[in-house]
Amino acid sequence: MINAILVFNNHGKPRLVRFYQHLAEEAQQQIIRDTFHLVLKRDEHICNFLECGSLLGGSDYKLIYRHYATLYFVFCVDSSESELGILDLIQVFVETLDKCFENVCELDLIFHMDKVHHILQEMVIGGMVLETNMNEIVAQVEAQSKLEKAEGGLSAAPSRAVSAVKNINLPEIPRNINIGDINIKVPNLSQFM
Amino acid sequence: MSDVVERTLSVLPGLLGQHDPGAGLGSGGPGRASATSRLGSLIRSITALTSKHEEEKLIQQELTSLKAAVSAPTTTLRLMKECMVRLIYCEMLGYESSFGYIHAIKLAQQGNLLEKRVGYLAVSLFLHENHELLLLLVNTVVKDLQSTNLVEVCMALTIVSQIFPREMIPAVLPLIEDKLQHSKEIIRRKAVQALYKFYLIAPNQVQHIHDKFRKALCDRDAGVMAASLHIYLQMIKESSSGYKDLTGSFVAILKQVVGGKLPIDFNYHSVPAPWLQIQLLRILRLLGKDDPRTSELMYEVLDESLRRAEINHNITYAILSECVQTIYTIYPNSELLEKAAKCIGKFVLSPKINLKYLGLKALTYVIHQDPNLALQHQMTIIECLDHPDPIVKRETLELLYRITNGQNVIVIVQKMLDYLKESKEEYAIINLVGKIAELAEKYAPNNEWFIQTMNAVFSVGGDLVHTDIPNNFLRLLAEGFDDGKEDDKLRVYAVKSYLALLEEDDALYPQKFLQVMSWVLGEYSSLVTDVDPEVILTKLHSLLRKTFVTSETKVWIMATVTKIASRTSCSKAVDEIIQEFSNSLDTCMRQYAFELKNLCKDKELMKNLLPFDASCSDMVVDASLSFLDGFVAEGLGRGAAPYKPHHQRQEEKLSQEKALNFEPYRLSFASSVSSSGITGRQSPTGLSVGSDTSVNSAETGHKETSTLKLEGVRKLWGKEGYLPKKESKEGKEKEPQTASCSTLSTGQVGDPPALRFDQVASISEEDKEKQQLASTLFIGLGSNAGVSLMGKAETATQKFKRRSKINEIQHSEEVSDFRNSAAADFGPLLDTRPINMEDSEGSLHTRLRKASLSSSDIVEDNLAFEMPQSLRKSGLEERLSENRLSQSSLFADSNIEIFQPSPSAQCESASKTPLIPSLPEELEELTHSEIVQLCQSDALALYLCKVWTDDSLLLTVFVSNKTTAVLNAVNLVFEEAEHFQILESPSYQFPAIEAESVERCQKYVWMDKICTQGVLSGSVNYQLEMETRLDFSVTLSLMDFIRPMQMTTEDFGKLWLSLSNDVKQNIKMSSSQDTLSAALNTLQQKLKLHIVDVIGNEGILACQLLPSVPCLLHCRTHSRMLALWFRSPCSALPDSLLYQCQKVMEES
Repeated sequence: MINAILVFNNHGKPRLVRFYQHLAEEAQQQIIRDTFHLVLKRDEHICNFLECGSLLGGSDYKLIYRHYATLYFVFCVDSSESELGILDLIQVFVETLDKCFENVCELDLIFHMDKVHHILQEMVIGGMVLETNMNEIVAQVEAQSKLEKAEGGLSAAPSRAVSAVKNINLPEIPRNINIGDINIKVPNLSQFM
Repeated sequence: MSDVVERTLSVLPGLLGQHDPGAGLGSGGPGRASATSRLGSLIRSITALTSKHEEEKLIQQELTSLKAAVSAPTTTLRLMKECMVRLIYCEMLGYESSFGYIHAIKLAQQGNLLEKRVGYLAVSLFLHENHELLLLLVNTVVKDLQSTNLVEVCMALTIVSQIFPREMIPAVLPLIEDKLQHSKEIIRRKAVQALYKFYLIAPNQVQHIHDKFRKALCDRDAGVMAASLHIYLQMIKESSSGYKDLTGSFVAILKQVVGGKLPIDFNYHSVPAPWLQIQLLRILRLLGKDDPRTSELMYEVLDESLRRAEINHNITYAILSECVQTIYTIYPNSELLEKAAKCIGKFVLSPKINLKYLGLKALTYVIHQDPNLALQHQMTIIECLDHPDPIVKRETLELLYRITNGQNVIVIVQKMLDYLKESKEEYAIINLVGKIAELAEKYAPNNEWFIQTMNAVFSVGGDLVHTDIPNNFLRLLAEGFDDGKEDDKLRVYAVKSYLALLEEDDALYPQKFLQVMSWVLGEYSSLVTDVDPEVILTKLHSLLRKTFVTSETKVWIMATVTKIASRTSCSKAVDEIIQEFSNSLDTCMRQYAFELKNLCKDKELMKNLLPFDASCSDMVVDASLSFLDGFVAEGLGRGAAPYKPHHQRQEEKLSQEKALNFEPYRLSFASSVSSSGITGRQSPTGLSVGSDTSVNSAETGHKETSTLKLEGVRKLWGKEGYLPKKESKEGKEKEPQTASCSTLSTGQVGDPPALRFDQVASISEEDKEKQQLASTLFIGLGSNAGVSLMGKAETATQKFKRRSKINEIQHSEEVSDFRNSAAADFGPLLDTRPINMEDSEGSLHTRLRKASLSSSDIVEDNLAFEMPQSLRKSGLEERLSENRLSQSSLFADSNIEIFQPSPSAQCESASKTPLIPSLPEELEELTHSEIVQLCQSDALALYLCKVWTDDSLLLTVFVSNKTTAVLNAVNLVFEEAEHFQILESPSYQFPAIEAESVERCQKYVWMDKICTQGVLSGSVNYQLEMETRLDFSVTLSLMDFIRPMQMTTEDFGKLWLSLSNDVKQNIKMSSSQDTLSAALNTLQQKLKLHIVDVIGNEGILACQLLPSVPCLLHCRTHSRMLALWFRSPCSALPDSLLYQCQKVMEES
């Protein structure tokens, strides 16, 4: 099963934290820090798997991570998951985010934490992979955003604000996780194609 | 945070300000605009901060304002939702916001869809399974599950499959079961997921809906089917035997998936449902393990998966890697193995580092089955050794560890040590150090290398090394091997190397290393004749002064000084040490200094106390201290008070404290003090001084026992325990000696890689080096290494060729030795019924009986073993003829019915299953299961009989030797199982099993962790032409460990009240047992419960789980229902028993 899904940026600031087993707040933060240091040490062109040893209680656990521009996506899994399978699951997750947010960037993850969690919930429930079909996930999420609009554009404001930021054509706006063009912009992916 | 984002954020507030009014109008609430900007400003101000401290202050502020906001009655739900998002943000940063938890639950309860969604999300992020607030959520979940709105139902199912209190499962279970029939696919899928969650946290509560899981597996929607695979994977992992019938279905599903029958939606990079394939392959792997019949069903589909997965994409490699693992796990098929081996090659040779890593992992996994595969990839493996990625390196070392043998151990250990020196990760160090120590002990080619390697282990591993490593090392040195001279050489070398190490004045050694050194110096330094003990003592003295040496180590050193001092006449260093530490602040050191001082006064005594090289001989201690009797009598005669043990004194003191003491104080020991001058120590009572001295004298020889924590050595002093260990070491040590001689010759002459590369004309220097490394690393891998390198195909099929050969031999044996095997059939038969004829037959037959039978004592077995074969055979035949004569009288006995075919039929059956074991008489009387066959090979067959003794489950394993040769050193090992505990050792070695005879071994088993059913697996190793291993597994159920518990009604009442875990359940009674007594009888007979009492429509029963966990049951009948109420100190036991009760009641 998947024990934890962590997303943090290049500076170790957590952007999405989801643990599927209960851990004290302290321990969680420690794991985020340790994982960040472990992952940061690694070069771009070495393998995406890490044995984290005693970090999460036992040698059975592995870290599988991908680095997209400013963000690290780290899945901590036990031996019952396939390494390469998880690696592509991360890809599916990120592509789904991209579809839902239209050119996702780090800001989307910050301001729409709840939405990101909901997307994740469609894919992984209680540490088990429920759905890997991107279209299905997007359809579910879309159905829910329709709901949002029906409820009176409740969260329209923040999303509009952020998309305003996006569209104002500021040169420094990061189009970080641009998956529309997978082969070019996402560095890690080229290894597998 | 990244600069880019920071800059973006700095423009953000302005933008938010601009757009908010518009947004505000849309949503129609001023509250929400402010909330949004609050989240924005919170994030902005956090990013602006420079230190962690400031962040903490800011968040605390934020939390305070949030606290005020959420508890204010005016806060709308909409605002509450914003607050929740902010709380989630704070929690993510690691700040606890427990005040908001209850509001999250409230939000999930009261909000509209959107607010509810955030509420549920917050709950799932904040709370954990055992959180008390979670109970408040149950009602909301029940309400939402019954809602007509699909979204609400979805949300409820999602939360249930994330967290749900275990004890409230019955409240929602029926609702969720209903959802399995829902028309919407997504609802069914989530319902299955929720049931999976229930299965994980409370398997017994969903036992009854297994049929529905099957339905979900056959669901028309692939998504639902995929979700149900999670449950099946889990259940099959726990016990695969119950699901073998589903193999066909899983194979069919996989076939369809692979064949692209699923909707195109499921494709990922044009691979059909890859994750589904992975899941299915894993399930098949578990099902096909050690099961030829089931495995056969999957060969075809596995072949197809391998064939189809040819697109060059990451995800197809994921499938391939699973496929390969499955092929190597299930019962082998030569064709598939060949393909899988090729596949592994693809991985290993891939330039992509991820694939290479997985390839190495796969190699490690299959290496024990197919060592030649490593040979094929030796050059790649060598390249990986120098890979920049430490993870790849570590995996390579793991692989090398698996292929280590006596010939390549030096190179491999060197590589490991190199890695250790670079590595800083604690976990990696501990792991690797253990492996090096293990390899060194197993394969050491010579003394020097062994000691040097162990030195490296201790100095690099430092104090992280597991305590077993120094302990085992010291034990090895102390116990030695067969050859006394060799032992001494090893010890001398150790002493010399330590002296050299201590020569360096400012070297810092880890404490454990110092302790090892000091112990070895103390025990064996006198073996080295050319070093003055004074020099050693001076060195030890200087160590004692060092500050980095801990007090524990100092005590070790002090003990060493004492030992060395006993062998020298007089020493300046010892005197100095005594003087220096006699007034040390460390009381422990001070005591040792005093002891040393006094011992030095009597060298003779000291020599007797500290004999040379006696660390593993038993010391005879007069524990009763009888030699002091005279002294005691004298003391008593002078009016001393009799000695009272400590606890008695304590008790008296306590009782005295409560009441006034009216008795006058007695004069007790004044006179005896004068006689206690033996030790020169003052003691409160003369008598106890006497005993103190004697204890001391017994202990000074081995002072460490009390203070030094010399674990490894202390164990030697017991009467049992160390002998078997010694034996195994002897075996291990013999190996490297023979191996080391062959290193040179094979390395140069017969080595295949060298041959191959010699043909290549131009070889760079670097390549040469690598080749050399390869030839040293992979030497001795596989018996026909040369052939395997040239022809790859050979390697995979080799195993099978041999197998068939054995078959042939076996076949011919069966024909020619027909008479013989028929005779053997009589062996056990006769043994079960010792007949009067036996007496006249004399000792020859008694021996025969022991050889052929599952007789009791190993010692006696040895007798039989010594018997010459011809004698045995003739005896057997003689016996056979006699048997024929007496057949009528024999078969008249009713007990022998099972073995009573007509003579001709007997011969026929004999050729098939020649040996049928039976229980010895003493076990025959106990309740026991039938004898079933566990597994068999050409050479031997395993049978099992469970005997339910009063205090444990006795597993009796019969090993019958079907060949006509004696099988030596047959080793039976039970693997460690999660749920079971094997008393005493998990392995058993049969010294020899005579031809066509049966041997027996018994193991007592307890259940360690409660489960309804578990598997205990093990293997039998034997040597016949080649080393063969036969795996078997035994399924044990909870009921094997349940025994009735006798007790009175009063005891029951008392115990009932003292137990806390209870489980209640009503079950329907079937028509056949609608009275209480009928139901109770069923329980008594089938579950071995003891009926304590029956009063009216209530009954109480008791049982215990071995060794002694009681479980009480209270039954009451009302209107055709039986109310069961269990109580037990162990929480899992009632659940499991309840399940058993349900099953039994349904069956009857």
